[in-house]
Order: sequence, then structure tokens, then C-alpha cells
Amino acid sequence: MSRVIAELLQPSCVLLKQNYENSEDIIRAISAELFKAGYVKESFAQAAIDREKNLPTGLPLAGGINAAIPHTEIEHVIKPALGLVTLTHEVNFQNMVNPQEPVPVRMVFVLALEQPKAQIEMLQEIASVLQNPDLVQRILQADTFEAVLSELRK
Amino acid sequence: MDTPKRILVACGTAIATSTVVAKGIEEALKERGIPVMTRQCKASEVRSLAGDANLIVTTTPVPTDLGVPVIQTLAFLTGIGKEEVIEQIIEALKD
Repeated sequence: MSRVIAELLQPSCVLLKQNYENSEDIIRAISAELFKAGYVKESFAQAAIDREKNLPTGLPLAGGINAAIPHTEIEHVIKPALGLVTLTHEVNFQNMVNPQEPVPVRMVFVLALEQPKAQIEMLQEIASVLQNPDLVQRILQADTFEAVLSELRK
Repeated sequence: MDTPKRILVACGTAIATSTVVAKGIEEALKERGIPVMTRQCKASEVRSLAGDANLIVTTTPVPTDLGVPVIQTLAFLTGIGKEEVIEQIIEALKD
């Protein structure tokens, strides 16, 4: 049950079964949607891309389908939000704990955070999704926003 | 009651990852009856704050020459190896 995530996601900021060349294109695409929806400033995309270069967010997961959680400083955020991108093909991010190591990723949660303590529930829910290989798999297979929500609410 | 041990929890921005890690550590050690206090910081702040900590837990590379044990782990995010890391943390906090 991922109630907070399900509430934060909205259709325009969930991009499913996409095909991108690289991590930068993914962050740009979802940041553009978050910007259009009024959640982040235009500067968010570049700030998240720059941060990803220095402090990457790739996470190898137990089920072999890996994820990344790009985010950046709160000054680029207008109000808390979440973007989700699922990928048909793996795209390399770098490992958070070992930035030299590429992590091929198929699920990307982009976090627009304002005050960390207030978003602890969302962050914990994301961690519990990442720790559930079956759920990760089912979200990757989802074709529609409604299908993602229904998986998250189970 | 023992004085709580102080754990410095570091990540890139101190807003997302370290929040989950700090909460995870607090809950895991509370279950085991070990009182701890966590403080979150950015990786770039670790050097200046290390002196105040008994242990540093980080999800992103930090200097290791700080005179304080450092545990680098993604376990509180991904769940992989979490029990082992909790044991390492308990071991590192022993006097």
C-alpha cells in the first residue's frame, strides 16, 4: 500500500514504457512535465542533471530491475511532487554508493522535495516499492496511469 | 539508560536519501533496545561534523580518514543486505 505516492502522482507526470537514450534525456523529459504542472521551477531539470553527475542516484535492486531517484536542492521546487518514468530498455545511471559503477535502470522516480521531514512518508513508500521486486515488475508492465495507481494501492 | 550514540547520516543533498536512512536506523536500533540519535547532513559537510559523531552511515562516498567509523550502504533504500548492515552498525557502536 503506497497511499502517499498514489496521491502525489498525476497523469502528466507519469511516463510509461518510454525509450530514452540516456539519463539526461529522462530527467529533462519528466522535469518538463513537472514544470508544466507547476511543481518545479524551470531550473529544476538542469539542477537535477548536474546533481546526477556529481552525486548519482542509481540503485541496484534485489529483483535485478534497477531504479534511480534523481532529485535536487529544494530551491528548484515549488511544491512537493513525484514523477515516474518506466523504460522499455535499460538506461545507465551511476551507482549512488559507488559513482564509478554504471547501473542499468528501468524505473525512475524523480523527487521534487521541499522539506524533507514533511515528505518522510513518501520517501519511505518509495523505498518500500524499491524493496518489492514483484511490485517493481508490475509497475514496469503497467500501460496506463490507472494501472500504476491500482498496483500502488494494492 | 545508556547515553544515546550519535550517528551522522550523510547523502548527497541531506533531503531525501538520508531521511529514509536515518529513520531506518532509528527504527531498527529501537527494536533492539539501542538508543541512538541521528543527524542528517550532506556528504560535503561530513568532515566538519564528524567530530561530534560515534559513527557515520552514508549512501554516497565520503572521506574515510575522519577518525570515526564509516559505513557506506544502500541497504536502507534497497533492502539488500539490511540485516548485515544493522549488525555492522551495532558492532561499530560498541565501546
